Amino acid sequence: MTDALALLSFGPEGWGDELARGVLVTVALALCTLPIGLTIGFFVALAKQSEEPSLRLAGNIYTTIFRGLPELLTLFLVYFGVQIGINALLKLLGSGTTVEINSFVAGMFALGVVFSSYASETFLSAFRAIPKGQYEGGYAVGLSYGMTMRLVVLPQLIRIALPGLSNLWLVLLKDTALVSVVGLSDILRQTSIASRVTKEAFFFYGIACLLYLALALVSGAALRRIELRTERGTSR
Amino acid sequence: MRTHVEKPPPVARPWTGARIAGNIVVALWALTGIGLAWYLATAWNAELVDKYGMRFLSGVGTTFTLVGASLVAGALLSLPVALARLSKNRLVNGVAYAYVYAFRGTPLLAQVFLVYYGLGQFSDALKAAGLWWFFRDAWYCGFFAFTLNTAAYQAEILRGAIQSVPRGQWEGAQSLGLPRAVTFFRIILPQALIVALRPYGNEIILMIKGSAVVAIITVYDLFGQARWVFSKTFDFQAYLWAGIMYLIIVETLRILWDALEARLTRHLKR
Repeated sequence: MTDALALLSFGPEGWGDELARGVLVTVALALCTLPIGLTIGFFVALAKQSEEPSLRLAGNIYTTIFRGLPELLTLFLVYFGVQIGINALLKLLGSGTTVEINSFVAGMFALGVVFSSYASETFLSAFRAIPKGQYEGGYAVGLSYGMTMRLVVLPQLIRIALPGLSNLWLVLLKDTALVSVVGLSDILRQTSIASRVTKEAFFFYGIACLLYLALALVSGAALRRIELRTERGTSR
Repeated sequence: MRTHVEKPPPVARPWTGARIAGNIVVALWALTGIGLAWYLATAWNAELVDKYGMRFLSGVGTTFTLVGASLVAGALLSLPVALARLSKNRLVNGVAYAYVYAFRGTPLLAQVFLVYYGLGQFSDALKAAGLWWFFRDAWYCGFFAFTLNTAAYQAEILRGAIQSVPRGQWEGAQSLGLPRAVTFFRIILPQALIVALRPYGNEIILMIKGSAVVAIITVYDLFGQARWVFSKTFDFQAYLWAGIMYLIIVETLRILWDALEARLTRHLKR
């Protein structure tokens, strides 16, 4: 027991501070990915419920591709592919410099794209749950398309989509662990280093799992509060 | 008697902003697709294909056997877990809930590491117990972690499906004097499995995608082979081909599963 506490202490001997930094990186990555994923996901859903067939097709291609690829492969495609692409472009322009992509940014984009393809489905089913009369009512009182969206549809959309989006957030939190493979010092990478140095693999990977569980618990509680708040106006 | 019907002229579809934008995006997708095909065609190298083509196919085989074995073992394990989750005994229910929550709340990669590296630490005890041959091998470790993981997900699918069967079905069987086990296996479970069909399909696809993480613990599945080929050749095609193969596998499975579902639920169609 004292051994475990010594291993987790904050200081040069213990790994507490490294693990804490790992937690911060994981949370930061998930929080930075969320707005990208939500924004792209919303617009893809908008395209998929449009009356214009070409827009629907474009949206469906997007979801098919990014829901079909393994998250880890998407990450590698972004991490190596963009790097190779940029360097080829620089070579073409006659520049001798090579660029290395930050694993945080690559993770942000790869996970954002994956998140958005799932979120677009959630948004789409929420869009379908809103009756047409809501739009017609908006137009009848003279609101423009944008204002109807913002003032009438969006508040209901968020309430309906929230349970699905909460699930996606928990999935995102777990998917950030994949970015440790391309070198991001998140929870899993820090615990890997600790376990290699101390030869206490089971202990440290167990700690990693507990940390992810704690993050899931905390965000689960927070999401429930948000859900209750969005349901203030509805009666049961 | 009319022989000639005057049809209204077709309504001209105006070039709205949405239509222009949609056409542009579709054109961009088409360009990307053509560019990718062109790149793969020009980079096609018979020597490389000879050398590494079979590796990709064996990778697909490994992915299928690993995922298939874990799904079947997970399905067997999920039944007692789902029943425990339905139990009124608070201790049994609590243990099952903790298991499901723990495996659904942590990343698959961390679970795989915990099994492969974490249990490796206890190699002496495992050797004494005669289990070392199992936990020494990366494939078995991946299989073990995947089974525990998918069992947790499948247990929740099964629980939801069993609860969706109306109580009248239990009561009807009881009034006929059927034992509980017969009621469960012959009446409740078949109806529950129909409800569970779609989530099971999603779980299979999630497992195929998730199984890519075993490449990190040196199992040569499809992604593992792509990584190996990339490390030898530094040819980006390796990942592109792996991506195309994953897309084909997932889309084929989705279409097959839709057909299966349509066939199995044809008595429910109105």
